[in-house]
Amino acid sequence: MSTPIKIEDQFPELEIPKTPLSIILVRLFSTLVILSILLFSVKGAEIRFGDLWTNRDNIVQYGSGFLKPDFIDWPDYLQEMIITLQVAAWGTFLAIIGAIPFSLMCSANLSPVWLSQPVRRMMDLLRSVNEMVFAMLFIAAVGLGPFAGVLALTLHTLGSLSKLFSEVVEAIDPQPVEGIRATGATPLEEIIYGVLPQVFPLWISYSLYRFEANVRSASVIGMVGAGGIGMLLWDAIRSFDYSKTAAIILIIVIVVSFLDFTSARIRRIYI
Amino acid sequence: MIETDSTSTQQNSKSATQIYNLWKTFDGHLQALKRVNLDVQTGEMVGLIGTSGSGKSTLLRHVSGLVASDLRPECKVSVFGQTVQSGGKIQSDVRKIRAEIGFVFQQFNLVSRMSVLKNVLVGRLAQIPKYRSFFSLFTRDEKLSAIQALNRVGLSDQAAQRASTLSGGQQQRVAIARALQQQAKIILADEPIASLDPESARLVMETLRELNQKDQITVIVSLHQINFASQFCPRIVALKSGEIVFDGAAADLSNDQLRWIYDSEDNLESMLVPDKISNESKMFE
Repeated sequence: MSTPIKIEDQFPELEIPKTPLSIILVRLFSTLVILSILLFSVKGAEIRFGDLWTNRDNIVQYGSGFLKPDFIDWPDYLQEMIITLQVAAWGTFLAIIGAIPFSLMCSANLSPVWLSQPVRRMMDLLRSVNEMVFAMLFIAAVGLGPFAGVLALTLHTLGSLSKLFSEVVEAIDPQPVEGIRATGATPLEEIIYGVLPQVFPLWISYSLYRFEANVRSASVIGMVGAGGIGMLLWDAIRSFDYSKTAAIILIIVIVVSFLDFTSARIRRIYI
Repeated sequence: MIETDSTSTQQNSKSATQIYNLWKTFDGHLQALKRVNLDVQTGEMVGLIGTSGSGKSTLLRHVSGLVASDLRPECKVSVFGQTVQSGGKIQSDVRKIRAEIGFVFQQFNLVSRMSVLKNVLVGRLAQIPKYRSFFSLFTRDEKLSAIQALNRVGLSDQAAQRASTLSGGQQQRVAIARALQQQAKIILADEPIASLDPESARLVMETLRELNQKDQITVIVSLHQINFASQFCPRIVALKSGEIVFDGAAADLSNDQLRWIYDSEDNLESMLVPDKISNESKMFE
């Protein structure tokens, strides 16, 4: 039996590099920062894990309600789910129509700074306001119902699609555009023939992705009265009818997963 | 030993391109062009040679008004008597002149996701009403003439394919077909064969020569390879550090001059005789 040869003996000149003190300090410091943020937030966020135990009877009761979904009103749910999809479809469509010019205006490689910067800030603003907030604002403007939901989705999606679209535009190959320009084409023709063919696949992909997201959003904006299945969901929750709540949530989950799956498939074709 | 084109300021009706006192400085200090004067007559085929960075591309891009010269009042470029730019300002109606200039790029600059046919039809944009160009509505006649242009470069069968499916040499010929569709009277080719294999390069150069000889299209082509320049271009213009240092027939270009132009110690004279051994059989087909 030979004794195992130690690597140190074979290569005495090799050394394991030591972690520098500066890196150790940075790690220590960042751990401390994160911990102190979390500790500072305990009170504000009212973190009381104990409640999960003390209220376990309630939770079991809710849970058992959820386990027996009640589909007795399914034709209503289905009808409202379809309205939800219709709201998402129009909200996404109007946002795409708006995002085409706005994204071109946001793009640093196409637009001068005095145009791109203000438009970008405007889009940031639209994106930072949640659909729910827009929905409540539009209910005040156009009244209760799905149309308020459409407008809410349109504005929020306009903000995010314009950003996504313009990032694609900023990544294009400028050479084909110059090729179009060299034929005596106008700037608009440069965009139609040189830019759009390059960005189209990703634009379609992002639009589908936003449609998925909008179906999810459209399911909840109904809670504030902007149409769709959210309204039924809110009613069921408020009347402590957990079996119906479960049924509605199940319908939303099934439809949303189906759409996610299909649109992921379609998007794969375009990339 | 070096003859520079004299500064002929008189308007010449047969001039295809006139360049006066062109200065171009990049980033405030990089001198790309130093008082370049050049007069190209209608029907000429001119080879622009020089090392990379000598100013060949910059010069061609000035002719098409893709780049503006320094803000000096004496700088002026005109094509077929129409001013493209003067004093560092590109004319506002430059698009009208560009429509008459076919520009061929080193990287072809086709829109790779569009069909070959549509890439050629782009050459018509300046001539059709805006509502039609906006919606890509081309007439049957326009499409037929595009296919005819493709036929001249030997690619009519590929009309329906996406441009990205073609080889580099084929794409470059599509770019030439686009210039034909523009009914360009002058073609500016910026290193059109630099990214191509020798056989494709020869085909592209032959296409340019055919257009020059049969259609009397003026051609200014910048080339890396002296052998191609001397084989295809009766007139050679050499640039060195932004200055024209030679303007004349390829035969008058001596080895010493070439060595100096290219900052090379090698014997370049052999390159003046274009691929004689390897291409002999093809040349006498």
